[in-house]
Amino acid sequence: MPEPFRSITSRFVLVDRDHVDTDQIIPARFLTTTSRDGLGAHAFADWRGRPDCPLDAPGAEDARILVGGANFGCGSSREHAVWALVDFGFRAVIAPSFGDIFRRNAVENGLLPVQVAADQIAAIRAHPDAEVTVDLEACEVRMAGHRSASFPADAFGRHCLLHGVDTLGFLLERAADIEAFEVARGDGGVR
Amino acid sequence: MSTAPRTLFDKVWDGHVVVPECVEHPAVLYVDLHLVHEVTSPQAFAMLAARGLKVRRPDRTLATLDHSTPTYAPDAEGRWPGIDPAAGSQIEALRAHCRTHGIDLCDVGSGRRGIVHVVGPEQGRTWPGGLIVCGDSHTSTHGAFGALAFGIGTTEVGHVLATQCLLQRKPKTLLVRVDGELGPGVTAKDLALAVCGALGAGGGAGSVLEYQGAAVRALSMEGRMTLCNMAIEAGARAGMVAPDDVTFDWLRGRPGVPQGTAFDEAVVGWRRLFTDEGARFDREVVVDASAIAPTVTWGTASDMTMPVDGPVPEPSSDTESAALAYMELAPGQPIRAKSIDVVFIGSCTNGRIEDLRAAASVIEGRRVAPGVRMLVVPGSDQVRAQAESEGLDRVFVAAGAEWREPGCSMCIAMNEDRVPDGGFAVSTSNRNFRGRQGPGSRTFLASPETAAASAIEGHVADPRPYLQEVSRA
Ligand code: SF4
Repeated sequence: MPEPFRSITSRFVLVDRDHVDTDQIIPARFLTTTSRDGLGAHAFADWRGRPDCPLDAPGAEDARILVGGANFGCGSSREHAVWALVDFGFRAVIAPSFGDIFRRNAVENGLLPVQVAADQIAAIRAHPDAEVTVDLEACEVRMAGHRSASFPADAFGRHCLLHGVDTLGFLLERAADIEAFEVARGDGGVR
Repeated sequence: MSTAPRTLFDKVWDGHVVVPECVEHPAVLYVDLHLVHEVTSPQAFAMLAARGLKVRRPDRTLATLDHSTPTYAPDAEGRWPGIDPAAGSQIEALRAHCRTHGIDLCDVGSGRRGIVHVVGPEQGRTWPGGLIVCGDSHTSTHGAFGALAFGIGTTEVGHVLATQCLLQRKPKTLLVRVDGELGPGVTAKDLALAVCGALGAGGGAGSVLEYQGAAVRALSMEGRMTLCNMAIEAGARAGMVAPDDVTFDWLRGRPGVPQGTAFDEAVVGWRRLFTDEGARFDREVVVDASAIAPTVTWGTASDMTMPVDGPVPEPSSDTESAALAYMELAPGQPIRAKSIDVVFIGSCTNGRIEDLRAAASVIEGRRVAPGVRMLVVPGSDQVRAQAESEGLDRVFVAAGAEWREPGCSMCIAMNEDRVPDGGFAVSTSNRNFRGRQGPGSRTFLASPETAAASAIEGHVADPRPYLQEVSRA
């Protein structure tokens, strides 16, 4: 169950490229683990050590926010990508758009996907040393000296993040509905 | 009962709603078939163990070993000598979980093991109108049968194991109509790549695609699976094709479908799975099949596509410039000149029997170019056995290619099948991401025909001259 999320203020790491796929966030050779833990060490493994790697920049390890490009987290469904980002220390990713499965995985793990328009991202990018606030209660991104930008949040996802709701628990509470559905389609295990 | 015209997607969605969605929460959807593999499941089984939960419907769960599983032969105990210890324990973990929960595992020696999206249809577990999920994004493959099928994360794998249900907001619908006819030597893979090019790598985000049109109807089931497989590469949740006689003929007699007259009764229901006249899509895109050439990717995202006989395009963004630099390509140069190190034929996109036949027809009686390593990895035990009964393995081996055991192999490079650092591959898989086929690897995605022609020539090659020879003979 993820920690509740209300608002965070932090410097950010800029991953300045579109279509950053989950193979970049965590390469497949690290997926042989049977645990969710410790994957932060492998976040962007094949980028690390290069002179332009944003995760190696001074202060990156203290940043709680990642700012990315369009279609961030596209590709493979591997939840390991989200586990790696969370374990590295991130609690929010700000991008113009996200891969669908990444977005869902993020919410399940208390990593807030913050979708804002490309020009808002440009304003953030222009201030690489700025502190940015992501406020889930107000659904706003704020930066000193700039107009705040609102972002969309699914009511359920927002509720789960604000209160650290356990989605499996939500489904388990629907057991009677699930059973009724099975009975209604005459399914005592047809396969 | 609503009489408003509905799309194929609407019909399948409506049939699986346990609790309707509202502002406060998503819909609770019932899952007909949950496919499981070794890589994205261990943490989900751990969720169940932590709460003392059982798998609700083991009979609706089917497991296989494919992603990190080696493609060399296992020993008599079904273990791989010299396997990476972490990969080995992941495999043993799935075996143990399947034993504990009574899940059918297509293990070594079952004759049914293979890539999860090859095995499901092959075993007749993929049904028209079904809702199918798997902790794997290429679950979209099963949409070829008129199922609603999509990839989920590991937390959701845990949800489905425990409750057979999933929380989902209703996605948008996007019609991809493919008019006309594919030309000679132009395959479902080329069409799939062309659709990615047309929609953009994120163009299908939030949507379920339905493929319609003459060119789609003309595809075999294998071709439709290739097409739907790559819906995710356009960012879509799923891709669907309405089932027809091609579908029913393909499924008839497979172990997981009803047999005899019960099958005919099922078909009566399945024939209602189409988009009604007048049903509305949120978006529509038209693709002209006759305008598609054999297609390859030149970059590191799925929409960076081009005709194999064309020049490398000018970059239109920083991301594209970076991709060209990574691929060591210059705008204007013919892509055919690019020499390669590896050819990979396999994956859930192009690892089926028809794909192997197509590659074999190009390479039969020829040799893999010196310095090129060619791997042929059948999608499943059954594909492998069928290919061997047709002598395709001998064609590949005679040409100098490696004939391997089934698995994901070089599509994901989790086992030892990797493109060398800095190497170039022509691959029939589905992702040209940086390093996808091994650290530092560079990938040109292509059809089996194009991959086989490239193996012969040692550089990216147009398959059509080889196919014309066949048709003249
Ligand atoms: S073949 Fe590749 S894309 Fe298909 S399931 Fe395996 S790893 Fe995923």
